[in-house]
Amino acid sequence: MIQIDNISKWYGQFRVLTDCSTHVTKGEVVVVCGPSGSGKSTLIKCVNGLEPFQQGDIIVNAISIGDPKTNLPQLRAHVGMVFQHFELFPHMSITQNLTIGQVKVLGRGKEEAQQRALKLLDRVGLSSQADKFPGQLSGGQQQRVALARALAMDPICMLFDEPTSALDPEMINEVLDVMVQLAQEGMTMMVVTHEMGFARKVADRVIFMDNGSIIEDAATEEFFGTPRSERAQIFLSKILSH
Amino acid sequence: MSFFAQFDFSVIAPSLPFLWEGLKFTAKLTLIAMAGGIFLGTLLALARLSSIAPLAMAATWYVNLMRSIPLLMVILWFFLIIPLLTGKPMGAETSAIITFTAFEAAYFSEIMRAGIQSVPRGQVFAGQAIGMTYWQTMSYVVLPQAFRNMLPVLLTQTIILFQDTSLVYAIGAKDLLKAAEIAGKNYGRPIEMYVFVALVYFLICFALSRLVKHFQARTAIIR
Repeated sequence: MIQIDNISKWYGQFRVLTDCSTHVTKGEVVVVCGPSGSGKSTLIKCVNGLEPFQQGDIIVNAISIGDPKTNLPQLRAHVGMVFQHFELFPHMSITQNLTIGQVKVLGRGKEEAQQRALKLLDRVGLSSQADKFPGQLSGGQQQRVALARALAMDPICMLFDEPTSALDPEMINEVLDVMVQLAQEGMTMMVVTHEMGFARKVADRVIFMDNGSIIEDAATEEFFGTPRSERAQIFLSKILSH
Repeated sequence: MSFFAQFDFSVIAPSLPFLWEGLKFTAKLTLIAMAGGIFLGTLLALARLSSIAPLAMAATWYVNLMRSIPLLMVILWFFLIIPLLTGKPMGAETSAIITFTAFEAAYFSEIMRAGIQSVPRGQVFAGQAIGMTYWQTMSYVVLPQAFRNMLPVLLTQTIILFQDTSLVYAIGAKDLLKAAEIAGKNYGRPIEMYVFVALVYFLICFALSRLVKHFQARTAIIR
């Protein structure tokens, strides 16, 4: 489903990603973790071409991201993404946030889009907020709306860029619950997160990044059992001890 | 004879229909230059922010050029040069409308550029992530927010534009000021006429600035 081949990326002289390679097969849940500044957010933004890269290639659903001929908007329409800061459209109601992509990008009818939106809002437990605006919702609620917005496009896979990092602790679970449910339904997911509980529960594999490189790429039990790299061991001991 | 006894404000009432015609042109010029200026200004702003270097450079040049020449000179030059280029004269009113739209576009583009930059980058990502093209992201996500953020500044610029329209009197276009000048000459009472139109300009600008305050409160995005 997602095939990342030797990706390298520079910001000017500064190398942010170095020869990153991995893959996510259909139905797999892969968690990407690592200290801040390790390039994990950049890597996941490369997967749907939001961030350009200079070397290597990424193949999503048999389509090359690096190929300049690729119609990126068309591809992104089917790759859902959830951001750290939600990024709901603040000038649109919750329902409009969920219908705009369906109507303008997928060409669905207003009526159909509306129904789909309400169904998804119900699924994330926010039907009662349909007519409100993003600014009137809590962070956890906003992130669930953002999830619903991505799902409204019927994505073939989902990318998560630190979906719970900007949330108050008591709101983290309401978002994770939806993500766990999604994973259990067989959604292909690539998740940048520090939530090791989530990783243990649903991840098939865990990728550990540091300094723009993938240091460790292992099955979940293996990763939490005995990480091979010293760097990952230190990271784990720090993150799990609190 | 007291100071005020020298004035005769009774000449204003009979001049009102004539002044009204002038005001109508002033309003027309303001509205067209505002709408056209904001539209073209938005395109200029998008061009300046675009990653296509020649486009960005051309837009930057245009904006800087317009902003470094006094408006009065642009009005005069355009009015004088167009007949030379096309071989036929252009009416002062048409010339004024084109000049103002082109000139204001430069100022509105700077406002819109700031507006576009005030929208967080994540919003662009969010639009793109659900498959929107560049134009879709701009028209549904970025520009509506940029407009709301900049509305008070856009209206303030429009008030300045409204005042600046009086400069067209230099090429003989019949705006409010020109009408006042003509009426003042007719009655031999220029001072009374200028005082009266100054009051009209003031009242309209004052009303518009109140409107700005009103909009500021109403269109704010809940965050």
